[in-house]
Amino acid sequence: MNSAVIELKDVWVHYDGMPILEGVDLVVEPHDFLGIIGPNGGGKSTLLKVILGLVNPSRGVIKVFGDTPKSARRDIGYLPQYSLFDMEFPMSVWEVVLTGRLGHTGLLKRYSEDDKKAAYDALEEVDMLEYKDRQIGKLSGGQRQRVFIARALAGEPKLLLLDEPTTSIDSIMQEEFYELLNKFKAKMAIVMVSHDISAVSVYVDKIACLNHRLFYHHSKELTSEDLEAAYQCPVDMIAHGVPHRVLKKH
Amino acid sequence: MLELLQYEFVRNAIAAGILASIACGIIGVYVVVKRIVFISGGIAHASFGGIGLGYYLGINPILGVLPFSIASALSMGWVSKRSRLPEDTAIGILWALGMSIGIILVSLTPGYAPDLMTYLFGNILTVPFSDIVLMLILDAVILVVVYSFYKEFLALCFDEEFATVRGVAAERLYLVLLCLIALTVVVLIRVVGVILVIALLTIPAAMSRQFTSNLKKMMLLSIIFGAVFSSGGIWLSYMFDVPSGATIVLVMSVVYLLYSLVKGIGSRGSA
Ligand SMILES: Nc1ncnc2c1ncn2[C@@H]1O[C@H](COP(=O)(O)OP(=O)(O)OP(=O)(O)O)[C@@H](O)[C@H]1O
Ligand SMILES: [Mg+2]
Repeated sequence: MNSAVIELKDVWVHYDGMPILEGVDLVVEPHDFLGIIGPNGGGKSTLLKVILGLVNPSRGVIKVFGDTPKSARRDIGYLPQYSLFDMEFPMSVWEVVLTGRLGHTGLLKRYSEDDKKAAYDALEEVDMLEYKDRQIGKLSGGQRQRVFIARALAGEPKLLLLDEPTTSIDSIMQEEFYELLNKFKAKMAIVMVSHDISAVSVYVDKIACLNHRLFYHHSKELTSEDLEAAYQCPVDMIAHGVPHRVLKKH
Repeated sequence: MLELLQYEFVRNAIAAGILASIACGIIGVYVVVKRIVFISGGIAHASFGGIGLGYYLGINPILGVLPFSIASALSMGWVSKRSRLPEDTAIGILWALGMSIGIILVSLTPGYAPDLMTYLFGNILTVPFSDIVLMLILDAVILVVVYSFYKEFLALCFDEEFATVRGVAAERLYLVLLCLIALTVVVLIRVVGVILVIALLTIPAAMSRQFTSNLKKMMLLSIIFGAVFSSGGIWLSYMFDVPSGATIVLVMSVVYLLYSLVKGIGSRGSA
């Protein structure tokens, strides 16, 4: 039986000989909504890139939909933490969102009606339809983030990887965005990296904490030992206000 | 000016100018938006090695350039992505290496090298018909490849990592793009020579960028700018008996600078 969406076994990643991920084991089931928190440099973005096959592990096994990351890419939607691009780049919002469909349209073909419909729907979901002909550089930071979310959704993914999706998004849109993700859970598994522990603790179903090692109990709870080990500081400094939601009582 | 058209060499020159404009209009847009001007300059200059090869083997130097510029494009692309050297260092080394090979091969060739200046600085007024046919074929190849991979190239230029995640073979496609630049260099050598190729690859595209934010329209505009400027340059170089390649580049640069100046003043006024 192989129903897991993501399966990592003892995954190690090194950059220049430095271990970044140390023996990460992780299973994500269909319809999971997993939040990953952790300190800067803890390896969260690296973990997502490993799942996408952009970074090769020095050791360990990675299965996505029971296949290699490269073969599974078609069904993964990805929102990078930083999209570095030239603000002058001559491309419209519409064209950017359509690139989310590249895995579906074959080489040598134009975008189909299905592609256009999916891009249209994705733009509508993030409420950016009216900007569809705007040049991508001529948007505010938050608007651009919404467009990149639409780009990730356009491919109709079965797994959505979000690297700090709500940075620079206003609080109204944030709430709408989390509601939207809740709706998507029926159709896909979601892994979201975030520093916003309070939002994570409200909206996600399961939480993991990553600082080179992954602390995860397949639930929404982390022990204060986990958090202290990961952040290397007392728990109430990290999770003040919401510890009762996240932390196991003991 | 029209009576000039009765001369075959003038007709050939104008045909060469238009064919060159098509190649540099399309590929120049990619060079400018993907910010790979430096690597393109490297490919162009390293191609001089191919000219040396042509002389050494006693064949049409242009036929030496074709394989040589493709090889330098591939090695620059490969080295810039894979080697531990910083990208610009690696390109700088290959740039000089290609030119050195050319100089040594030319000096090893018995006798003297006729037309060497032509390949360095171009002379559109002496393009033979056979080279026009070659330019036509290369233009066709460029058009077909860009038409086929248009959406992939666009995604690649905008966001290489995301394109990769969407299943685009980004590294391979990037090498294809560099090879198209190499072909464009071959097309342009007769017109402006290896030293000035970079001007034709950048100026028309940079100018068209001022008028539109749509890549296809940019290409179209660049082609028109290129054709107009090169025809103007040909005419001036004939009238004043000065080198055609340099005249074309001079016309383009002056128009572009004037335009930027006027636009700069205009926008300051409205601010
Ligand atoms: N391309 C790279 N080359 C070398 N080291 C890298 C590279 N990318 C990341 N690293 C290192 O790997 C570590 C983890 O980086 P990563 O981006 O995964 O952290 P993160 O948890 O996403 O941090 P943040 O919260 O700041 O986004 C960092 O120490 C970083 O210096
Ligand atoms: Mg990160």
